[in-house]
Amino acid sequence: MQLGVMLFLMASGLTLVFGIMDLINLAHGSLYMVGAYLCATVYQITGSFEIGLLAALAGTALVGIIIETVALRKLYTRDHLDQVLATYGLILFLNELTKVIWGPRALFLDVPEVLSGTVEIIPGMPYPAFRLAIIAVGIIVAVTLYFLITRTRIGMLIRASATNREIVGALGVNVKLLYTLVFGLGAMLAGLAGAMAGPLLAVEVGMGEDVLILTLVVIVIGGIGSIRGALLGSILVGVIDTLGRAFIPTIFKLFMNPATADGLGASLSSMTIYIFMAVILAWKPKGLLPVHA
Amino acid sequence: MKQAILLLMTAILLSPSTVLAGPVKIGMITTLSGGGSGLGIDVRDGFNLAIEQEGGNLGGYPVELIVQDDARKPEKAKQIADRFIKKDKVHIMTGIIWSNLAIAVVPKVVREGIFYISPNAGPALLAGKACHENYFNVAWQNDNLHEAMGQYVKEMGFKKVFILAPNYPAGKDALRGFKRFYTDKPHGEVYTKLGQKDYADVIAMIQSAKPDAVYFFLPGGMGISFLKQYKQAGLKGRIPLFGPAFSFDQGILGAVGDAALGVKNSSQWNKDIKNPANKKFVNDFKEKYGRLPSLYASQGYDAARLIASAIKSVQGDMSNADAFREALRKADFDSVRGSFKFGPNHHPIQDIYIREVVYEDGVLTNRIVTKVFSNHSNAYVGECKMK
Repeated sequence: MQLGVMLFLMASGLTLVFGIMDLINLAHGSLYMVGAYLCATVYQITGSFEIGLLAALAGTALVGIIIETVALRKLYTRDHLDQVLATYGLILFLNELTKVIWGPRALFLDVPEVLSGTVEIIPGMPYPAFRLAIIAVGIIVAVTLYFLITRTRIGMLIRASATNREIVGALGVNVKLLYTLVFGLGAMLAGLAGAMAGPLLAVEVGMGEDVLILTLVVIVIGGIGSIRGALLGSILVGVIDTLGRAFIPTIFKLFMNPATADGLGASLSSMTIYIFMAVILAWKPKGLLPVHA
Repeated sequence: MKQAILLLMTAILLSPSTVLAGPVKIGMITTLSGGGSGLGIDVRDGFNLAIEQEGGNLGGYPVELIVQDDARKPEKAKQIADRFIKKDKVHIMTGIIWSNLAIAVVPKVVREGIFYISPNAGPALLAGKACHENYFNVAWQNDNLHEAMGQYVKEMGFKKVFILAPNYPAGKDALRGFKRFYTDKPHGEVYTKLGQKDYADVIAMIQSAKPDAVYFFLPGGMGISFLKQYKQAGLKGRIPLFGPAFSFDQGILGAVGDAALGVKNSSQWNKDIKNPANKKFVNDFKEKYGRLPSLYASQGYDAARLIASAIKSVQGDMSNADAFREALRKADFDSVRGSFKFGPNHHPIQDIYIREVVYEDGVLTNRIVTKVFSNHSNAYVGECKMK
């Protein structure tokens, strides 16, 4: 569940950028990494996770806006393959830059004091409070995004320019600025995911690549460009991945010897989400909740 | 005049023989970028420190160290090795961190008559069936630290032990090594996905299995994530945790924080081992790099000092490979670990300790608690049929 929410934060930003700007951004994972690093650095200076989180949000949005203006703006009219190449280059660039600034060693980031305990939802099964907080943040973001896109003027413009960029431009809207803002928002969501993941995971160079692949799976399952699809896809992937890892080896143990069952189960459970993706695509090639259904 | 020119030409023609006795060339292939680069950097820095202490020499003779980054990719490591052999014509190679890279590179290198001194990777294959007279491992055989922990956990009387490792060759070797000395059947045994970051499933399994101890081998970022989540789930302090040194080494402790405090881990080296060589190493390392040395740095340093002892023994003449090999076998140097010698398959026979993570001057570090093995060898000596 918590993995699903984390994926949603990532996927919503990525799908927003792709759906609206028609831009494949492989460097999304790097923005996630930048978020985690900024949060960890500010946390070490101030000793407050909250300030670190805010700095990470502002910082990644800024980095996103800079990347958009400097590098990606020229790529909108180009082929998707060019975009993939360019943003892959950005991954390498940001990884090395991070290493130059922060060094190769992993950084330390701890959960805020208030959330360091555990909560017993099911008696006898304590659940970390911080993971609950992540779920809460994910829900808040989902609701906010929903309102932003469907109920506000800027959301309307975003939807309109996703459908037809030229007409919206002709109507006197500054589409360039709008795109920069959307990319900044996407980057900020990635930064938020990174900062929230920092206390759970290792804050290290290359941490973005692992999560990027899962995120791509999520938006493919959910339907590219659809925020609702991203929400559904991320929760499905999160739950299936965790359950698969927890139960498949156990099921195999019923009719095999433990060593084989563990080995086979581990391999199979790491494939479950990809099998799931293949099944979904065979059934609904455009994803579960496509934008232009 | 003509004679003078002729003389000069003969001199020039003859001079290569003196150039040949020039610096001993050492090629280092190690991981300096991407995930796990901290390990390679420490090995390189430890190695460089030994050269610098002698002012650019090893064993009193000049050496030339060429360092190349393999980015943890076997194919890249192979390319570098080819270049070292053909273009740079190195005498000795060293540096590889990861076992899969070592297996890809080492057999070819040693067949070409080049010496390979491993500062880290010690896969079972190279200690057993594929052992070679030109291959030496100055760190360990991969199973060693896990064997020590198995022995220790058994000695401490834990009856229900839950063990986990990633699902790849070194992970399986790890649990096999642990079980070789923890002879009871483990209470639970789990292989996780390599590179897994979220351990909610494993932690749930541990919670429902209710073991009295947990042993884990999760190198790099995986271990950092697991330790943090283990603490957040409230298991730390309730179920004692054990592991090999990798997740508790100096380079990683800073990123793990209090989640590692008090955890017992196995290692063949620590900075508080009392001998003059270690004292000098720790002090010089701190002075030169401004940080505490890690296990990997100690291995890089020992690799350089081993090479130094052999160069000294052959007086810088690398043309006599048999004499150089014999000198390596003697391991006539003061290891920072104290007692050190090579077994018949060129892997160390050494002591292995249990360390505990403690605070020292506000910095997390390790302290030796006890010694588990004295003069411990490895399980693959019998499989090695070296000439």
